[in-house]
Amino acid sequence: MEMQTVRFYQTGTFTVGNRLLAPHERSVQAEAQRANALTSGHRACQGCGEALGARYAIDAAMRATGGKIVAVNATGCLEVFSTPYPETSWQIPWIHSLFGNAAAVASGVAAAMRRKGTDDVRVIAQGGDGGTTDIGFGCLSGMFERNDDVLYLCYDNEAYMNTGVQRSSATPPAARTATTPAMGPEPGNVFGTGKNVPLIAVAHQIPYVATASVANLRDLEYKVTRAMEFRGARYVHIHVPCPLGWGSAPADTIKVARAAVESGLFPLFEAVNGEIVSSTKIRRRTPTADYLRLQKRFAHLFQPGGEARLAHIQAIAERNIVKFGLEGTGA
Amino acid sequence: MDKPFAITLDVGTSLANKTGSWRTTRPVYVDRLPPCNDACPAGENVQGWLFHAEAGDYEAAWRLLVRDNPMPAVMGRVCYHPCEGACNRGTIDAAVGINSVERFLGDLAIRRGWRLDAPAESTGKRVLVVGAGPSGLSAAYHLRRAGHAVKIVEAGPAAGGMMRFGIPKYRLPRDVLDTEIRRILDIGVEIELNRKVTDVRAEREAGGFDAAFLAVGAHIGKRAYIPAGAAARIVDAVSVLRGMEGEEKPMLGRRVVVYGGGNTAIDVARTAKRLGATEAIIVYRRTREKMPAHDFEVEEALQEGVLIKWLSTIKNVAGEATLTVEKMALDDKGYPQPTGEFETLEADSLVLALGQDVDLSLLDGVPGLVIRDGVVEVGPNMMTGHPGIFAGGDMVPSERTVTVAVGHGKQAARHIDAWLSGGEWRPPARHEIAKAENLNPWYYADAPKTVRPMLDALRRTSTFDEVQGGLDEGNALFEARRCLSCGNCFECDNCYGVCPDNAVIKLGEGRRYRFNLDYCKGCGICASECPCGAIRMEPERN
Repeated sequence: MEMQTVRFYQTGTFTVGNRLLAPHERSVQAEAQRANALTSGHRACQGCGEALGARYAIDAAMRATGGKIVAVNATGCLEVFSTPYPETSWQIPWIHSLFGNAAAVASGVAAAMRRKGTDDVRVIAQGGDGGTTDIGFGCLSGMFERNDDVLYLCYDNEAYMNTGVQRSSATPPAARTATTPAMGPEPGNVFGTGKNVPLIAVAHQIPYVATASVANLRDLEYKVTRAMEFRGARYVHIHVPCPLGWGSAPADTIKVARAAVESGLFPLFEAVNGEIVSSTKIRRRTPTADYLRLQKRFAHLFQPGGEARLAHIQAIAERNIVKFGLEGTGA
Repeated sequence: MDKPFAITLDVGTSLANKTGSWRTTRPVYVDRLPPCNDACPAGENVQGWLFHAEAGDYEAAWRLLVRDNPMPAVMGRVCYHPCEGACNRGTIDAAVGINSVERFLGDLAIRRGWRLDAPAESTGKRVLVVGAGPSGLSAAYHLRRAGHAVKIVEAGPAAGGMMRFGIPKYRLPRDVLDTEIRRILDIGVEIELNRKVTDVRAEREAGGFDAAFLAVGAHIGKRAYIPAGAAARIVDAVSVLRGMEGEEKPMLGRRVVVYGGGNTAIDVARTAKRLGATEAIIVYRRTREKMPAHDFEVEEALQEGVLIKWLSTIKNVAGEATLTVEKMALDDKGYPQPTGEFETLEADSLVLALGQDVDLSLLDGVPGLVIRDGVVEVGPNMMTGHPGIFAGGDMVPSERTVTVAVGHGKQAARHIDAWLSGGEWRPPARHEIAKAENLNPWYYADAPKTVRPMLDALRRTSTFDEVQGGLDEGNALFEARRCLSCGNCFECDNCYGVCPDNAVIKLGEGRRYRFNLDYCKGCGICASECPCGAIRMEPERN
């Protein structure tokens, strides 16, 4: 009889933990003693993808650095819901200055550390897509260009959620926001605009760039951990659904994020020194419609007349699949 | 007050903010009933023993298994595994090979010499079991475990019933059967062979038995009237299969025709092949789809060269060896109707496999008994109309399989145990079934079912060697780990990981989790990302 490799089929490597694995092989989130950098009592909405993504990422960074990190936060949901004075949910040294200057402040903290000679304390800057791709973009590009020793984490929920769901340069085409209403002949956000900041970061040829999703914890933890192995400017862009802004059910946060990845709309890849070195393969290919249908911001696409725009979005996903090599066997 | 300018409050933790007050629905951990457990006629906790097998703790798996069924090595060979038909994994790729893992555990137990737990303290009660087939043995085992003194009286020369005198060796090697029976007797079950109980009331009286469990089976082959000359050789399938256990093997000749469409017809045709028949032809009046025999057995028989004439009935036997067969056609309702087209078949013997009747002579004159359609009526508690006399297995209305019989034995034992202490056994409330839509199959990787090795075709038609092989430790573990653990937490940490509010408390290995309702906002991500459907969202009451 042919031999078969025994793997953990029941729990896969897809669940958070696995009683059949040795403790050191389990994810950071499976640990009873995980850092819980963002602890309970924060005021994020039910099912907040950003709160989840931030804890995943910072906890992974905490394990990678032995708990020695300082975080600089841009203005945004994450900052507002975690630190309404006098309460804080952060269990790490944490500083907030302005909306657009997190990258610059982090560069300053890194410089201070260097001046003090404490090279074991690592610096993280974090913000939403608004504070990163729009308002903080100049500071971010500068940080990349100077190759400051900072890991920048962008939690991308595809609009300005904190101020009432206004469009950002990360808002996808056709998405309804407060500033791109679902009205007129071209409802929702326009096609063909916006920025792909992960690829712009790759173009800066910084040591490490990656995209990640709250739907793939193992991949996310791997990328944050890998980022901490480099010195210099690093960028990890994490896709985090927003039930409020996207009009999705709070219980579906991970399901929505998973559909974005599995449809090819949100490709997961990593790049080292300006070259894309790997991509995370799609496990079960999903039509983009299955992703879009879960969200009220795309409801107009499913009205009569939405077919052409649906096909356009499907074409974007298929282009990603080819461009990033998302099909085939792999991780 | 030495606070900086414009600062009036101390910094505090957000733990002071009990976000649980936002909640309108709350998550609750539940145990749903896995469909395999639900489907098992013997009431095995399949998901439970697979859980131990997955971790490689085979002894714990076996011990949990034998709490419900004392014969896993037999089951792993002869059970028709309705569990696999119900398995939710079937909706993803293919059902878990529960039966093959069960056999692996049973065989391992035999190899390692694991023994059944000692019985409970003696109750002083005595129970008579009539018949040492699967039902009687199962009842004896469960009654003995509960602390009762048990005596089995068996008419045949060896214990096993249809497992020995009905199922051919190539499906169930006798050393396996003997070992599992011996293990049951070893916990202190008394057995008397070669004595037929002719009057159950007298037997009960004479032995001072407080209760009796009847499990005599159904082993009288049904006859059909077929006009035949005196020289024709017509035998019944049960006698042929029983004859296989004797010194003198049945003489069937080179051309054997089997009449019937059940598993017994298949067994006897395959046996005839092995005895040297060049032709073994099954004549069955309906189509393959309508055949009561299990399809995989039909397939195996065909592989071994057994021929099947569908839609045919036998009209008469002329002389020594000429059968007249009439072709049938199915009518609108699916019943076979004669067509008037005839053909002839040459056969050295005709074996009738038309079903079996129960020998009910031991019940003559027992008041209160109800016999309908040749079988004994029993109540929901397995008791016949006569107080203290219970019955199960093939002699009561049921599907006639070994596993159903084992299940009857267990159920009857529970009811007898309760009846003996003047009570009534009530089954615990059943959990709701874990359905495929309760699961989140994303978290289960693709894993094709492990196929058991089959004996090569030549040896299958010339010897009585076992046809189907077993799994080894490597692929049994693989197969066990294909289990989805439907409806029962297997501690994958998903709820603990995916909570955006850090409101799931991990209690440590084997102790599962608890929700911290002070902070749980009721978003429901834990429930939708639970792979096995062990979390349910319920509305908050106030």
